[in-house]
Amino acid sequence: MAANPPNDALSSREARLAELIRSALTGDAAAYKTFLTEASGHVRGYLKRRLQRTADIEDLVQEVLLAVHNKRHTYDTARPVTSWLFAIAQYKLIDHLRRTRHDARTEAIDDDYAANEPDGDALAADRDLERLLETLPERQRLPIRHVKIEGLSVAETSRLTGISESAVKVGIHRGLKALAARIRDLQ
Amino acid sequence: MKTEQLIDLLSNGAEPIAARAVARRMVLTVLAGAVVAALMMLKIYGLNPQLADLLAATDFWVKIAFTGVLSAAALITTLRLARPGDLVGVAMWWGVAAFVALWTIGADALIDAESGSRATLLMGRTWRTCPLNIALLSAPIFVAITLALRGLAPTRLRAAGAASGFFAGALGAFVYGWHCPELAAPFVGTWYVLGIAIPTAIGALLGPRLLRW
Repeated sequence: MAANPPNDALSSREARLAELIRSALTGDAAAYKTFLTEASGHVRGYLKRRLQRTADIEDLVQEVLLAVHNKRHTYDTARPVTSWLFAIAQYKLIDHLRRTRHDARTEAIDDDYAANEPDGDALAADRDLERLLETLPERQRLPIRHVKIEGLSVAETSRLTGISESAVKVGIHRGLKALAARIRDLQ
Repeated sequence: MKTEQLIDLLSNGAEPIAARAVARRMVLTVLAGAVVAALMMLKIYGLNPQLADLLAATDFWVKIAFTGVLSAAALITTLRLARPGDLVGVAMWWGVAAFVALWTIGADALIDAESGSRATLLMGRTWRTCPLNIALLSAPIFVAITLALRGLAPTRLRAAGAASGFFAGALGAFVYGWHCPELAAPFVGTWYVLGIAIPTAIGALLGPRLLRW
């Protein structure tokens, strides 16, 4: 992998991501999906160059994506989107390194616990979306399931669940924040 | 969870972002903190009884301008620090410029003063209470700006904490200025600045804990 992509590659990447996120912020879901997909690729590359434990990379990519989503209102369209994106990635990376360093220090105490810890595959299964969702309260779980997974509208979800439309929106918002915290705690 | 799954989840039913609504909520939060500080000043200390005379005094307006410029510079710096990848910019230097300007006036006053009155210019009559009063008035503003910041995304938590503490202190000092009987620039440049330094230090200390996301 080229450590430093040439300048024109950088500026075309910026132009493309900027166009995508501008559409996404106006509510274009398809543009948003493309943005998140491409952004996750760039973030993955960024993290690969900086993390030794490859097992952590995908979890951290997901944490960054959730952070990007939950904090997307802090993107100022007058500023480069790549510097915004990588500042978030860097913040989450530093946070992760700080946490794992702390874990290393307390490892001796956690030895008993660690012996009972499930292996890598089981952990991956633990992170399964459904299981994580189950840990959320109903008012967050149902809106996320209906709107975000099944693709119903907010109004339909409201009718189906009896939760008011504004509470559906709040539930999604808080639920995604809670999911972000839970993914972080799993690491 | 697979990353593609997460991306589907996040993008499905994505709503437009009302950037203006976010900004408005922030402004209202900070404003609420300032109003509480103003009410505390009126209730605990009271408006300066000589305010009518003060309004005609240049020194009074120097003090108000100093704390006002510091507040504005600190707020802009704080908001810059609350957006990932944003540059801190020049606003911080306005604060430095205001400090230098104040002390230029202050030094002039000290040099011109007779040696017996220099201590009065520096210590006034209320130097013991001034910094703590400012720190007290900054508390509701600190709470408000911290709440507002938690809705944003500061990535340098200690710097963001210090900047928000500085903002709370500067605005607290601005509010306190309407009670405070002291006008001398050397006094303001010392004791007001010390009062602002208290919440700044608290902000730097608590920032990594309060602002983490």
